[in-house]
Amino acid sequence: MGAITRAAANNFTTSGVILPGAINNTTVASISQLTQVAGKTQTLIQSQTASSSSAVSFTTGIDSTYDIYKFEFIQVHPASDNVQFRHAASTNGGSAYDLNPILSFFEAENHEGSDGASLGYITGHDNANNSGDTAKFTYNIGNDSDQSTSGEMWLFGPSDSTFVTQFMTTMITTHNADYSKMSFTCGYYNHASDIDAIQFTMSSGNIDAGKIKLYGIQGS
Amino acid sequence: MSIAASLANNLKTGAVFKRTAVNNTSVSSVTSFAGVSAGALTLLATQTASSSAQLDFTSGIDSTYDSYIFHLNNMHLATDQAHVQFQADTGTNTNYNLTVTNTYFRANHNEDDSLATVSIDAARDQSQGTGFIQFMSAVTDENDSGSSGIIRIFGPSSTTSVKPFLGVCNCHHHNPGSDVSRNISIGGYFNTTTAITRFRFNSSSGNIDAGVIKLYGVS
Repeated sequence: MGAITRAAANNFTTSGVILPGAINNTTVASISQLTQVAGKTQTLIQSQTASSSSAVSFTTGIDSTYDIYKFEFIQVHPASDNVQFRHAASTNGGSAYDLNPILSFFEAENHEGSDGASLGYITGHDNANNSGDTAKFTYNIGNDSDQSTSGEMWLFGPSDSTFVTQFMTTMITTHNADYSKMSFTCGYYNHASDIDAIQFTMSSGNIDAGKIKLYGIQGS
Repeated sequence: MSIAASLANNLKTGAVFKRTAVNNTSVSSVTSFAGVSAGALTLLATQTASSSAQLDFTSGIDSTYDSYIFHLNNMHLATDQAHVQFQADTGTNTNYNLTVTNTYFRANHNEDDSLATVSIDAARDQSQGTGFIQFMSAVTDENDSGSSGIIRIFGPSSTTSVKPFLGVCNCHHHNPGSDVSRNISIGGYFNTTTAITRFRFNSSSGNIDAGVIKLYGVS
């Protein structure tokens, strides 16, 4: 028996089943899908890191592959003080972000000092039909070096051509006047067209830093 | 039968292995699939309470993941009207007293339908406090009572930013005459630019009688 044959034989049971010694991480490095394996909840489609970026745009990966998509925002830091983080949608791969978002906006806040805590609806940050505004989903982010906003945005059925496209966001923000601001928005892009790109901007200035991840929800 | 013959039985004509050739033991040495896209929740640790003074997560929280999630399932406290609460710390410290500013609001509905409200609860938040963060508040110690929820931590290993967190839970709140389903949302930040490495969960009074907390990394 040759050396390779003998070594190979050692990697099989007497009934011909492969033993652990025959398969390691390198062996499976080319596997890109585990379609029969349960438990994976979401698939990372794209991750972008802002670096003095005027906008962070996701122009690929939003299609009919998944019914539900989720963005995650990790410590997104604005270059300018007292600004709003916004999203906008496109039906033409990002050539124009001109869809109308209609949304409600409420928040819970608490100050680092003695200004107290409150819960309330913010009319200045919601959108009505044809307002022409992008969708604001945070409240007055501060630009101190340790200030940022984090959270998530769900997008439902962006490729559906029958229904409007719903979204909802939950964010935690360090406010420019040292409040903890927990913001909630729900709304919809009032178009029954196929949304295929989403863009994130600040209401003024660049996105200085932070990471934005796009996931497809497995099985949706 | 020789191994060669057995092996042959597990091969198709194109020398492709049949499913009978591979079982769970065969792949027990595989810890990662480098070619498979990320996105899963990776279970990092599980802590099960059993009359426990606290549940500590002291490893696995680092720069490997951008965000982490705790799942708290059926937390049951030994003391009536106590709170499930948490704090964090840095390095190998065990003080669990980082400075926190957070919000706390809840929606209440009780079992006899006489209470249905949503409101902020400033008595349960912190403004640059260093105490434990109240999450599941004034839960009942009835045997069938369990409170469950989720806490998310963003960028705990950052040395630039404060450490934001979000939490939502539903707790079985003690209310004389008619217990309450209390939906609680918290959000805030640990006001430190030092990397956070560990979390502690405990009860504001007495032990955590039962319950499971799992820590996941989000890739």
